[in-house]
Amino acid sequence: MRVRLRFSKLGKIRFTSQRDVARMWERALRRAGLPMAYTGGFSPRPQLAFGPALPTGCESLAEYVDVVLDDGRPETAELDAERTAGLAGGFLPAGIDITAARVVDPRIASVQADVTSCRWEMSFVGLSRDELGERIDRFLAAPSVPILRERKGREELDDLRPSVLTIALSDPREIRIDGGTPTGAVELVADLATRPRGVRPVEVTRALCAVSPVPGGGTARAGEGGTLVLDRARRTQQWIERDGLRREPLEVGVPPAGSGRAVHDVERAS
Amino acid sequence: METLWPQIEAILAGVAKPARYIGGELGACVPEHGDGKVAWLLVYPDTYEIGLPNQGLQILYEILNDREDAVAERSYAPWVDMEAAMRAVGIPFFSLENHLPARAFDLLAFNLSAELVYTNVLNLIDLSGIPLHGADRTGDDPIVVAGGHCTFNPEPLADFVDCFVLGDGEEVVGEITALIRAWKTETPGTHPPVPEWEQRTRPALLRALSQIAGVYVPSCYEVPPTRPNGADGYGASFGDPGVRPLFPETPARVEKRTLADLGASPYPRRQLVPLIEVVHDRLNVELFRGCTRGCRFCQAGMVTRPVRERPAAQVRQMVSDGLARTGYDEVALTSLSSADYSGIEGVVTGIVDDPACSGQVAVSLPSLRVDAFTVATAAQIQRVRRTGLTFAPEGGTWRMRQVINKLIREEDLYAAVDAAFGQGWRRVKLYFLIGLPTETDEDTLGIVSLARQCVEIGRRYHKSVSVTASVGGFVPKPQTPFQWFGQNTVEELTRKVRILREAARTVRGLTVRWHDPEATVAEGIVSRGDRRTGAVLEEVWRQGGTFQEWSEHFDFGRWTAALDRVGLTLEEVVYRHRDEHERLPWDHLSAGLHRDFLWQEWRDALAEHGLEDCRWTPCYDCGACTGFGVEHVVASAVPPAGGSQGTGQDLATGGQVPVRFLQPAVGGSDRTAAASRGCPPAAPVPVGTGAGRGA
Repeated sequence: MRVRLRFSKLGKIRFTSQRDVARMWERALRRAGLPMAYTGGFSPRPQLAFGPALPTGCESLAEYVDVVLDDGRPETAELDAERTAGLAGGFLPAGIDITAARVVDPRIASVQADVTSCRWEMSFVGLSRDELGERIDRFLAAPSVPILRERKGREELDDLRPSVLTIALSDPREIRIDGGTPTGAVELVADLATRPRGVRPVEVTRALCAVSPVPGGGTARAGEGGTLVLDRARRTQQWIERDGLRREPLEVGVPPAGSGRAVHDVERAS
Repeated sequence: METLWPQIEAILAGVAKPARYIGGELGACVPEHGDGKVAWLLVYPDTYEIGLPNQGLQILYEILNDREDAVAERSYAPWVDMEAAMRAVGIPFFSLENHLPARAFDLLAFNLSAELVYTNVLNLIDLSGIPLHGADRTGDDPIVVAGGHCTFNPEPLADFVDCFVLGDGEEVVGEITALIRAWKTETPGTHPPVPEWEQRTRPALLRALSQIAGVYVPSCYEVPPTRPNGADGYGASFGDPGVRPLFPETPARVEKRTLADLGASPYPRRQLVPLIEVVHDRLNVELFRGCTRGCRFCQAGMVTRPVRERPAAQVRQMVSDGLARTGYDEVALTSLSSADYSGIEGVVTGIVDDPACSGQVAVSLPSLRVDAFTVATAAQIQRVRRTGLTFAPEGGTWRMRQVINKLIREEDLYAAVDAAFGQGWRRVKLYFLIGLPTETDEDTLGIVSLARQCVEIGRRYHKSVSVTASVGGFVPKPQTPFQWFGQNTVEELTRKVRILREAARTVRGLTVRWHDPEATVAEGIVSRGDRRTGAVLEEVWRQGGTFQEWSEHFDFGRWTAALDRVGLTLEEVVYRHRDEHERLPWDHLSAGLHRDFLWQEWRDALAEHGLEDCRWTPCYDCGACTGFGVEHVVASAVPPAGGSQGTGQDLATGGQVPVRFLQPAVGGSDRTAAASRGCPPAAPVPVGTGAGRGA
């Protein structure tokens, strides 16, 4: 049985890496005593598959993991999405909470392979709301926004413009990122493509710097180009877009009739 | 005091591995501080990844937080990028639980497991905003205390650390807590007999601390100026006055603390599970403390005597509880020589057959004994992930191994390696030391001969095998038979590495790895240094020399320049042999070993005489048991089967062990019952309990 879980990553724990989170899940599922399916070979690992990596330091309301339970074990028959989430939820560290769960068809593509874009909220310090708005306008008007990105230890010039699907100032009445945000922070919301390569909030920051007149040229590196400083970044949604239809990963791959129950929104256990 | 978290959070986006600084591990305790509580900040002066798994620190963390009158938080050395970011905005050294500044604590307690971290200790005291020198501190400053194996020669840190704890820390931390609480709160009727106690002065507190058994307070002792009058022009003669107490009630000689009954101290119960990957990232269960192998180079084996085993039932309980609580899929059974645990087979079988482990739990014995029997045990427990096996013959020839008293016969090693390759392992790692006393090039090159033979054995089983010879440079350690030995020079160690590499070049499948000879000699400067070494450490630190265990930050030039500046030479501090009559800087401190036992061992080493393991022979009167009124405590009356076990003794048939052994008390509980010799159990003992190799 394959169970897809949505979880949040908020607060201090945002400073852990994607790999760290994977290890936390592995230990939590083991402590919960769930009948996990293991890979074969000399070094058996539990079968867990995570969605696109969340950069270290970013928060999220929408992370995903697929857990495969061993159908050969009798305990699996006793479990459904809700019970799996309930059991695992009690063993996750503070800051990681399961928010929804669903049994999915074991044959569907992984979240990692399927997700096409993510929605992000980002807050900045160093610029006023009007100044940030002006940067956004200039970014949207630019035919291309080349920035230097590091890839496998080498710097490459990449056009970020096509990967930013939407970008706009947040509604000032709906400031969402709380806690730790210094007074005077301004926020935006952006939908960022995950293909061909995922765009990270720091790169958006760099791009917003690049569209302003930078002394000595139009290509910005980290830390250059004005006084725009990324304060917090939070992924709020992940989307799978197919045939013009945009769905969240819990809405795809539901097994045929019978088990197709609605998404279980999971109450926080603790 | 207020938490520093908001300021810390603001700089974490700019540093590597920010999760090092957030706390939040499973098993962490976020204590509430209060007036009646003594606050300890337990510090491992290296990176989070190295320090977090330290079992000694974790044991004390739990014991203190379990007490009504104490709270304990932890911290580790911030990496250089974090330190720079902290200094840039004025954030002091802080704790991980409440993110409080170090100055908010009553004690700053360092774990000293290795000499090259000493400059980090200085740096962290400074980063805390505490005066670097103990002499400059006032009543408002925290007490700086240190424990761990390195405290058996604390003199290099005597200017910076207010007091040192020798031996096991489990009990003494409670005694220190009670004393400091009495000092803080002026509890009536608790005045120790020291002047100025009522005025609550810092000297009064230190003087009272010096009366706790196992606690060494350097400021309560007078160190006469070093008069170069030894035969070689260096070092004080043993007949000269040495380090002397300044006060009548201060002990002239500080004896280490020894926890007599490990079974009655079932810690840790809540091993920390970090959020990020660290070294030894697995459940660690301590099988026993102490070692009577008698390897003459090994400080850990000398200073932790006698052997005290945990009852087998308790070990199994700690493993099953620990796995269920942590979610780890690997458990290590730790000690200085885990295969020597007398109940090892039963414990291993118990874990492997436990249905709760469901075949997914790997068990490891971090220190394998060199014989085929041990490999069979390893094969049983590493059914899951079979990667590589490690053995430590230490010396390249039988002659060399007799000198160091590591009595592994060649046939033991070959049988072990044969068994390993035969059981499906493809990689074997061998640990060796170079720069040992009396070592000749024949001994050094013997390393390659042994390793080559191991490769050939492997080829009988697999087409492609890999043997790694890992070669460390020997550093003589205090309180061992080799404390008189003149360490090899950088040039000599470099030459030995070179001839090893040349000889190994033609052996396909053999890789030689070696430790930097300059780092080996820098370690030697501190290992046997006296109080003058403090100025060297301070100079290295002032020149930016932190994280000296990390090759990217180690610079030998800083060390030699510092020696020059202080007026010391490598010849005096590191390279020369000491003679029997020289007063050693740690002669006023005792690990329980008689000086004449150590000297006799040194003479025997030079005469190439091995000494059998005293668990299976009459007592050699080293002093460790008799001095403390304790005995070796073993869980089974029969030595583990098979081989010589590196003792030179034929134990194939087993035999009676002339030591006290554990018996389940009526009702089947884990409490131990004194048997055989009838010695009553006595006082308890180290702040550092992690297993370690001697060099």
